[in-house]
Amino acid sequence: MDKQLQPIVQKLKKEFGAEVTEFRGDVQVLLASEKLIAASLKLRDEFDFALLSTITAVDYWPEESPRFHIVYVFNSLSKNLQLMLRVPVAGENPTIPTLTEVYKNANWRERELWDMFGIKVDGHPDLRRLLMPDDWNGHPLRKDYPLGYEEPQFTFNYEEIDLSKPHGEV
Amino acid sequence: MTTPYTIPEVTLDEIKHLVSQRAIDGETVLLNMGPQHPSTHGVLRLLLELDGETVVTCVPDIGYLHTGIEKNMESKTYIKAEVMTDRLDYLNTVGNNFAYCLAVEKMIELDVPPRAQAIRVILAELQRIASHLIWLATSALDVAAMSVFLYAFREREIILDVLELVSGQRMMTTYIRPGGLWRDVPVEFDAAVRNILDTFPKRIDEYEDLLTKNPLFLDRTMGIGKISAEEAIQWGATGATLRGSGPDWDLRKKRPYSGYEQYDFEVPTATEGDVYARYLVRIREMREALKIVEQALNKLPLGPVSTNDYKYVPPPRSELGVSMEALIHHFKLWTEGFNVPKGSVYAAVESPRGELGVFLESDGGPKPFRIHWRTPSYNNLEAMPVMTEGLLIADLVAIIGSIDIVLGDVDR
Repeated sequence: MDKQLQPIVQKLKKEFGAEVTEFRGDVQVLLASEKLIAASLKLRDEFDFALLSTITAVDYWPEESPRFHIVYVFNSLSKNLQLMLRVPVAGENPTIPTLTEVYKNANWRERELWDMFGIKVDGHPDLRRLLMPDDWNGHPLRKDYPLGYEEPQFTFNYEEIDLSKPHGEV
Repeated sequence: MTTPYTIPEVTLDEIKHLVSQRAIDGETVLLNMGPQHPSTHGVLRLLLELDGETVVTCVPDIGYLHTGIEKNMESKTYIKAEVMTDRLDYLNTVGNNFAYCLAVEKMIELDVPPRAQAIRVILAELQRIASHLIWLATSALDVAAMSVFLYAFREREIILDVLELVSGQRMMTTYIRPGGLWRDVPVEFDAAVRNILDTFPKRIDEYEDLLTKNPLFLDRTMGIGKISAEEAIQWGATGATLRGSGPDWDLRKKRPYSGYEQYDFEVPTATEGDVYARYLVRIREMREALKIVEQALNKLPLGPVSTNDYKYVPPPRSELGVSMEALIHHFKLWTEGFNVPKGSVYAAVESPRGELGVFLESDGGPKPFRIHWRTPSYNNLEAMPVMTEGLLIADLVAIIGSIDIVLGDVDR
């Protein structure tokens, strides 16, 4: 582990009861979701992790508690450090607090989380779908969402398939 | 076989906050720009609130080019999934392969021979120039400088010819593979790249003659689309969009990969943070890229271009007829693929647009359990509304050109 990173990780461990793992040089810190805001504020203000590179999630379905891990990648430009936070979330009514107050660019990334994984973001100012159409059914990056194929419409089955479409008259 | 379908409702109240109260009262006009509009560089839709010709708010709406690449890659083996990476940022295909391979190699701790590393760098830098040429052509065209467009596209072909020479494809190369390269470069490679090195500095001078001190171009770009360094970082902007505002954040310098630490080059920055500053940064980046290509080509080491660990790289064709082991490896690789140890990594490269990162998680199997692309255009586009406030629509067009977005990169 990078020498500059050690005191930061120690502090996160002490104050937030975080669990630290290192794999191939990438340091990942596992945190409870209630402590996410406090920890990220600390990272931003005290340790100068000014750049939030990305937010994403991993779905461990059929595991239920936790079903998801939300992954945050932080970067410090002044110290040239990188740190990843992981927040476990249960499968039933998954909810995380929003980071938009701390990092402005969390906005779209959290909308993407809602869109792709169906993870609700508490306090998000504009939680609409981002990439999929507004009337889409389901959350495509979940593991229980099939990578499906659409049946082609021919004249003999046109209406039958048309009915299953969002604009169809059921 | 009808499935019950409920359309989630988006009520007017939910989207009212996107525009100001004046739009609700009917004082300002709401205008839809895109998704099919020549100067939105792809299928970008912008919801504009206009007071006369002045932009009050600008709300980007993305997703028109969403192709589900992350989901698709989860269902393919590591080798087969790689061809999808080309389709993300279609102006930086070599860079996408590069980021993907670095992530996979980081997971399995594969060593890449020095020759392969140097060729990767040469191609990535050539691709950077080609991508910047497209940016130069289209963004200049947006502010009505027509001739640069023709020049830049002419020169881009020369670089694409080199990519075709090595990989057989102009754009979707898939030439960089986990563990090295697909095959060694042909003998004509050296001469073709030297030809670029000889002619390009003069060409870049030509573009600069046309634009850098052109009063019409200056009027359209100076002081337009300003963003401060703090704001750019807060919005997650990287690449030339960030460097145009001051910080010299370049992953090639800060976290060198693939032997970038051996090469002597500068990271161009500017302080103004406007469209013109980003223009200057990218033009100078092209010159620096040429410097890197020249150094890498001059000391291009000899040797193999991929590891000899046949668990991960297919054995050479010549061995298949004589070695039983090679045949088994070949068969295993193309049926099952290779297994990657359990764990997760984040690997990033400096693409022409900024930090291109790959978050890769493996469950120990032959397919990526989860792969996430941190694409630079996405964050740069999210930062764009900050730059546009209070400017004219014509300036908006210049700003979209200056942040150099590729919608395939935004929507994935």
